[in-house]
Amino acid sequence: MAGIPAAAPATIEVRGLTKEYRRGTPVLRGISIAFPDRGITAVIGPSGTGKSTLIRCINRLVEPTSGQILFHGADLVQLSRKALREHRRRIGMVFQEYNLVERLSVMENVLSGRLGYLPSWKAFLRRYPPQDIAMAWDLLETVGLTPQANQRADALSGGQRQRVGIARAVMQQPDILLADEPTSSLDPKTSVEIMELLVSITDTRHIPVIVNIHNVPLAKRFASHVIGMAGGAIVYDGPPDGLTDDHLNQIYGGEDWQE
Amino acid sequence: MNPGLTARTRRPAFLPNWPARLAWLALITYAFYAASILDVTWERFVTGLDNGMRFIARMFPPDTGAAKLQLLAKGLYESIEMAIIASALGILLSLPIGLLAARNLMPAWVTWPMRLFIALCRSFHQVIIAIIFVKAVGFGALAGILALTVASIGFIGKLFAEAIEEISLKQVEAIRATGAPFMSVIAYGVLPQVLTRFVGFATYQVDSNLRNSTMVGIVGAGGIGGTMFAAFQRFDFDFLLTILLAIIAVIMVSEMLQNQIKKLYQ
Repeated sequence: MAGIPAAAPATIEVRGLTKEYRRGTPVLRGISIAFPDRGITAVIGPSGTGKSTLIRCINRLVEPTSGQILFHGADLVQLSRKALREHRRRIGMVFQEYNLVERLSVMENVLSGRLGYLPSWKAFLRRYPPQDIAMAWDLLETVGLTPQANQRADALSGGQRQRVGIARAVMQQPDILLADEPTSSLDPKTSVEIMELLVSITDTRHIPVIVNIHNVPLAKRFASHVIGMAGGAIVYDGPPDGLTDDHLNQIYGGEDWQE
Repeated sequence: MNPGLTARTRRPAFLPNWPARLAWLALITYAFYAASILDVTWERFVTGLDNGMRFIARMFPPDTGAAKLQLLAKGLYESIEMAIIASALGILLSLPIGLLAARNLMPAWVTWPMRLFIALCRSFHQVIIAIIFVKAVGFGALAGILALTVASIGFIGKLFAEAIEEISLKQVEAIRATGAPFMSVIAYGVLPQVLTRFVGFATYQVDSNLRNSTMVGIVGAGGIGGTMFAAFQRFDFDFLLTILLAIIAVIMVSEMLQNQIKKLYQ
């Protein structure tokens, strides 16, 4: 792809991360983990186990209670607001419900990935640099939405919206992509397409992807690394092949749900 | 009756809401009591209808003398100018004030004083605010413009803040996650979600200001109201009718313009 340099591999390391929404009831219990610097890392686990909280703590959409998150040699937890903004633009995020600005066009949504690099008055007047606009067109081509560029985001189907969401995240030229249940609102076929898109992005642009996913077969099929969570702690950290039924029982509890 | 329907199956589906029933009963009782105290009677109403008819009869035909029309045009034009200036000022000021008053985006120490300010702007009728401004800056259009601006802030500021409080925070969160500075988060995450509603409030306020700009003249704050009040006091009822018809025409034209503007922002 023209105009986009391959980002240097960057990794995120979490140390002793704890999050309590209410005092005394931690959702994350002192998690420590170094995420791989390439490929897709799937975080699996049942609902309510803190997968989403973990991923949101990384870019501080949720404020961690304690612990460290190391990224580009800085501890994200300690950053001031301004420094946090500068680090956030190097972290792309894809959401379960896409979180597009419904009333803006697809093009405006994709370009909004550049907001961290643009002064507000230019953003307000839609004065993006030509190279940003060229990159947005290239990305729309990549995700197959060129004809929809000037449609409003709320006119798209779920799968198309998620493609816009991914294009917006990649527009940031991030060093890492976070995806919070990106396929949970989609049908099985579209889910596979979205996972394939994430794989192609991590392969061609060398951006590591951390994806929360509760669908174990999807995780095994597309991830190069799997992290299993249960009860706010990590119970598995390894390749998808090493994930046994015992592990899954430990993560999801019981056996009835398995075939 | 079907014998199969036992007492059990005839159990009512909805519980009676006794507090609400009592409240309605109390309201109606009080309305009758207040009417008797205030000497509101049917006879007075009927006599009044008669007077009203005679009053309306005296208004015909409307006075369209050249001197009167000139007076009308001058006053009406001033009213429209006042309404437009006050609306523009009010809308511009309401944007930041409404934003600062939105409790889902701002901390309490910001929203609290802002909401108090908006409540103050809403407390009094335009005419009362106009009286205060006439005392402060003297007779004329300036007092009217200031009064209407204050009223506009009270109205649009409140509704705008409420509109912002109802937005989807998911969209805001996504823009924050890109590392966007605060003003860009507002421009992309918040404004697109409230823009159509804001245009709706603003056009409604222009309409309201047009009507009120014909009122504040009664207390000397400029516009057609002064002319109208003078016509009243001089029993110049035929000229009064001309003024009223002109105001109706202006309001109808503004209504049509508003619909066009709303279409632009759909």
